[in-house]
Amino acid sequence: MDHMSLTEKWLRGIALTLVVLFFMFPIFWIVLMSLQTNETILRSPPSMVFEPTLKNYVAIITGKLDSHVASMDIAFMRNLWNSILLSVCSVAVALLLGVPAAYAFARHKFRGSEDIAFTLLSFRFAPPLLVLLPLTIYFQDIGLANTYFGLIWVYQLICLPLILWIVRGYFEDISPDLENAYRIAGHSWLSTFRRIALPLAGPGIAAAGLLAFIFAWNNFIFALVLASADKQPVTVGALAFVTASGIQYGQIAAAVVLSIAPTLALALYAQRYLVEGLSLGAVKG
Amino acid sequence: MSEALLELRSVDKFYNPGGANEVHAVRAFDMAVSKGEIVALLGSSGCGKTSTLRMIAGFEEVSKGAIGVNGREIHRLAPAKRNVAMAFEGYSLYPPLTVRDNIAFALKSLSLDKREVERRVGEIAQLLEIEDVLERYPSSISGGQQQRASLGRALIRDADLHLLDEPMGQLEPQLRALLRGRIKHFIKERGLTAILVTHDQTEANALADRIAVMEGGVMQQFDTPANLKDRPANLFTGAFIGEPPMNVFEAEVRSDNGRINFGLGGGVALDYAENEFSLALRAALAKKPQVTIGVRPHAVRISSEGAQAEVTANQWLGDQTHIAARFAGGSIVSVEHERTRYAKGDVIGVVLDSANLHVFDTETGAAISHGGALA
Repeated sequence: MDHMSLTEKWLRGIALTLVVLFFMFPIFWIVLMSLQTNETILRSPPSMVFEPTLKNYVAIITGKLDSHVASMDIAFMRNLWNSILLSVCSVAVALLLGVPAAYAFARHKFRGSEDIAFTLLSFRFAPPLLVLLPLTIYFQDIGLANTYFGLIWVYQLICLPLILWIVRGYFEDISPDLENAYRIAGHSWLSTFRRIALPLAGPGIAAAGLLAFIFAWNNFIFALVLASADKQPVTVGALAFVTASGIQYGQIAAAVVLSIAPTLALALYAQRYLVEGLSLGAVKG
Repeated sequence: MSEALLELRSVDKFYNPGGANEVHAVRAFDMAVSKGEIVALLGSSGCGKTSTLRMIAGFEEVSKGAIGVNGREIHRLAPAKRNVAMAFEGYSLYPPLTVRDNIAFALKSLSLDKREVERRVGEIAQLLEIEDVLERYPSSISGGQQQRASLGRALIRDADLHLLDEPMGQLEPQLRALLRGRIKHFIKERGLTAILVTHDQTEANALADRIAVMEGGVMQQFDTPANLKDRPANLFTGAFIGEPPMNVFEAEVRSDNGRINFGLGGGVALDYAENEFSLALRAALAKKPQVTIGVRPHAVRISSEGAQAEVTANQWLGDQTHIAARFAGGSIVSVEHERTRYAKGDVIGVVLDSANLHVFDTETGAAISHGGALA
């Protein structure tokens, strides 16, 4: 990189700025929107000059939505809690199931192992709508519709393949002899897995967990179809702002800001892991 | 089982059994190693030596046969239960631990006194010349240092058996020579039993009491270094052991008038008095008109008498001279300890004494005789 000429440096800078602007602008805009009333948002021509207000946030947090014609209750904070509950539990279950499975796929080539691994991955290819109709019908039959348990189960379609494939790549990168060295020193298979394989794959597991969390958090369609209002996460909950008396842009914006805040904070905090996890695990594995 | 410390009984190893690319890596392998012995598994890549070692360690399943340590069958036990130590070819040091902690690792579970652990680590580190990197992490030291740390981690243990997979492959020559002596002394002093895998015959000769030469998954010969050199069991071991390799010629045996005559190619014949060969050997040779003979380069005498050969190359290697010459339709190499003045194209006389003649069965490769007596 040292031998770059000045023009190249400039061009590079401009290109990077453009890319950053393009991707950051929506976030910037939605933050601005969340600080305005519906009137200032909808005025024409739009202007960046306005008097910031926290009214939208107050409305959302207190759960009282006031429009011109009526006042209605919204359960956005409940949605936020649902999102956290669903995402955390789904990732926890997926880690519990996926990490040992990833280890098995990485270390043991058994008959059909590739087929099983690929089948699990293929859950990610299929559009969710494909499985939703049958799922809805038999979830109602067995009483899993509109339960956290049922939703967490379905969320495994999102989380499990992701964790399995990223973590598998990480385990494959660890030399088996490293574990063998530990085993031959008198340790059981299980303690080798716990003391050697798990810590060494730690960054990969963290990255996979984070990604799975973000994917679970952003899921919309499963929760929309399989859960009713009291179990729905923020992605679905935001629909409540499309009211009979109009779309509450300000409040939607505030809700979006609140709902992306946890994942954004998480992603920024673990940026290094995420990049590593994606490039090492997914690409190389 | 007998008193042998380690015993392998007709061990077979198949990879991908029943699959399209099945590999029969080790075939009917028998070996008995006594306590305190150092044994080398010697062979070229893919000969099955590492597979054998890994079966003893328990990282590869034994497809057929049995392995016993101290009379106890171990080949179905988990590696942890076999009480063997191993130094890995790829070092396999734990990245999050310093070299010191890596070496001391196995001692941790023994609940030894802290000072005792320190003393033993210090001793091993001094032996292997890695004292100055003890506090560093594996990723920050050189391959040779990692290899020595890995070797130290194995040698420090009080195991029944120490398995060393290419333990010195990454070391520079001077250090290798130095450590060979020290390691052998260390192992012998403590009465440890070690199995060493290597493709370097110098290393095998220097370290091992006995060497198992392997090729194609089959043990060719299991013998002392001296016997491997002087009494190779077959043509493969004969040609494999020794540097430069044995000179090998096809020969036609004739005997009349109290003489035995080996007709080589290119009209060259080696003529010996009958009584240089034992009676039994003469009887055996009478039944085998076609044989293969081998002569070690060190035993090829250059003399004014003898069969004529034309020098094709003369190389001084710093401590010895290799002279290659066209001889008997092929070529012959002789080793001299002095510098010699032979130039390319010179004609020299080559004498092969009957005492240095190895005769092999052309069809099976099995040795018929070494010197004047039956093999």
